[in-house]
Amino acid sequence: MAKVLMKGNEAIAEAAIKAGAKNYFCYPITPQTEVAEYLAKRMPEVGGVFLQGESELAVANMLFGAAATGKRVFTTSSSPGISLMQEAISYMAGAELPTVIVNIMRGGPGLGGILPAQSDYFQSVKGGGHGDYRLLVLAPSTIQEAVDLMMLSFHLADKYRNPVMMIGDGMIGQMMEPVEFPDKFEEDELPEKDWAITGAKGRKPKVAKSLFLDPHALEDNSWKLHAKYEEMKKHEIRFEKYKMSDKNEIMLVAYGTMARICQTAIDHLESEGISVGLFRPITLFPFPLQQIQDEAVKKNIKKVLVIEMSTAQMMEDVERAILGKKQIDFYGRTGGIVPSPEEVVNKIKGMVAKKAKSKKTAAKKTSKSKKKA
Amino acid sequence: MPSVIIDKNHCKGCELCVKACPQQILQMSKTIGVKGYFYAELFDSSRCIGCKLCAVTCPDVAIEVVTHGTSFVLYDY
Amino acid sequence: MSIKEKTIFARPDSMTDVVTHYCPGCTHGVIHRLVAEVIDEMGLREQAVGVAPVGCSVLAYNYFNTDFLEAPHGRAPALATGFKRLRPDMTVFTYQGDGDLISIGMSEIMHAANRGEKFTTIFVNNAIYGMTGGQMAPTTLQGQITSTCPAGRDLDKTGHPIRMVELLSGLVTPMYLERVSVHSPRHIIQAKKAVRKAFEYQNANKCFSLVEVLSTCPTNWGQTPEEATDWLEKNMLSYYPLGVKKDSFGEGGDR
Repeated sequence: MAKVLMKGNEAIAEAAIKAGAKNYFCYPITPQTEVAEYLAKRMPEVGGVFLQGESELAVANMLFGAAATGKRVFTTSSSPGISLMQEAISYMAGAELPTVIVNIMRGGPGLGGILPAQSDYFQSVKGGGHGDYRLLVLAPSTIQEAVDLMMLSFHLADKYRNPVMMIGDGMIGQMMEPVEFPDKFEEDELPEKDWAITGAKGRKPKVAKSLFLDPHALEDNSWKLHAKYEEMKKHEIRFEKYKMSDKNEIMLVAYGTMARICQTAIDHLESEGISVGLFRPITLFPFPLQQIQDEAVKKNIKKVLVIEMSTAQMMEDVERAILGKKQIDFYGRTGGIVPSPEEVVNKIKGMVAKKAKSKKTAAKKTSKSKKKA
Repeated sequence: MPSVIIDKNHCKGCELCVKACPQQILQMSKTIGVKGYFYAELFDSSRCIGCKLCAVTCPDVAIEVVTHGTSFVLYDY
Repeated sequence: MSIKEKTIFARPDSMTDVVTHYCPGCTHGVIHRLVAEVIDEMGLREQAVGVAPVGCSVLAYNYFNTDFLEAPHGRAPALATGFKRLRPDMTVFTYQGDGDLISIGMSEIMHAANRGEKFTTIFVNNAIYGMTGGQMAPTTLQGQITSTCPAGRDLDKTGHPIRMVELLSGLVTPMYLERVSVHSPRHIIQAKKAVRKAFEYQNANKCFSLVEVLSTCPTNWGQTPEEATDWLEKNMLSYYPLGVKKDSFGEGGDR
């Protein structure tokens, strides 16, 4: 299909429909309400279900009920709304119900603000609800990638029978960019949904549940979930490298819109003879730990710089990846402030200059000591 | 003649059927079922009229009512 | 020629042959049976999906021979909404207690009813939190002693017990609301008619239907099963009057 200029929120909505997800439950919240407004018109056209609930909490529970039918279902919200959904998300993970939840992040905590931020990293990646469960978390940095990852989310949710979350900061929802939709969403084979609740006709009754009063049964269930997450770590890690080479002095780690801003900064620095590379995780869980370490330990990398629109959350995972083998620095703006490329350039220049200065001071020291001797 | 079949191991000895029986022909047994409850038992089946009130009131569906020949509908249920 | 023996009352197909965990004399078992009998009589077992709450009846799916969903506390109406919207051809019912429906789940039931969701809710009112050991519920009566109002419910501190079907009947959306009780055989027989009517309205895709069932809790009321039925009769019937509160598609309905 031809490219079409679309707002992120609307592109995400259309992508879901392309992936065969025609059941949407929602609650209005800035900065992603356009998804609902778009689907309010679109779902009837495709014979889908559109329902605005009384709260995100109710909406997430409607999602549980809808997911139990075996059909593809999804919801979209933003930070405070996603907090209200955590209980139901934990239940869906425990009951192994596939569903897709999109978080177009805004500044937090609390009512926070309505401008873009990445301060829900912990909430989505480290599990915002109770119990031993994880979400597969994807982070697009362009509207086209949001479309592609949205469709992929439904495939992965069904493949692992687990909720999948796509998180984008407000920019991903509000920006307009040309995007292209496939005529047909091509997917690999998926197992039969024999777990779906369809009525006890010709079979014993089924229950979609997460209660296991017997601790052995609950432990078995939790280890079963754990095994899925290990599988995700083996097969679903996705990332992208930008201008990474053995000439890099500094290695950046950033995701989502922040990564795009870093790319601009990298191009600018390159023109000034400073070589910087970017490692961009696309899956935040499973996190590319080994892949980041492999790059960071290279001799040419003097320092790693993590840049986020938060007060350092992914930073902790990057530290976990590098295990002290290389010095890590952080730069972040939050609350809705989106760092400009210049800020990133100045931060890196400061790091590089300090090194140069330290080289100079080292040189001076040696010359002084020479004088003394 | 109508009669009732009480499942000793479903009955929890709540005695509601004894109170419900208009013929007062149910009593609690002297021995206990598998769960340790004294279960209800019919002690005079000759006077059972098959009204099913015991079964209707039983919270554990422990009572089945049977009859031979015609049975009358005393109420819609 | 021996006259053949005929069974005139037996366990409904939609009920499993499992001994329930409910306390002796607890009328949850009766309500389960009424729902199962109605599902059998209407031939709905193979297309029925129950939604279990959190509370004593959280294990309801062990006792029904139908598919089930298990909801977080108070959220059953939302699960039922999500399921029924995708499968309007199936028969969906929620089974909830007073803590589940009125306390934590008030928002979900109000909005599901107000949207006119075409599922049926069986709402069990026993004026106490059973599973957690007898705490005060929104339906606990004035002066009634529970583990969290040991000196008896004080209305100045906790407000008045909530009459749910009356509250719901204030909504304009057409629906069917009735309060019944199961504390005596006569009441049980009448209660079944209400349960049947609720499922009929769902089956005819007419409207939201809810039956509030006054029920006993011998253990947490600290009474024998028989005393509990008397206590219900003397104390609950006056505050929670039985009868149809709204029947939009009935003869005298407001349609």
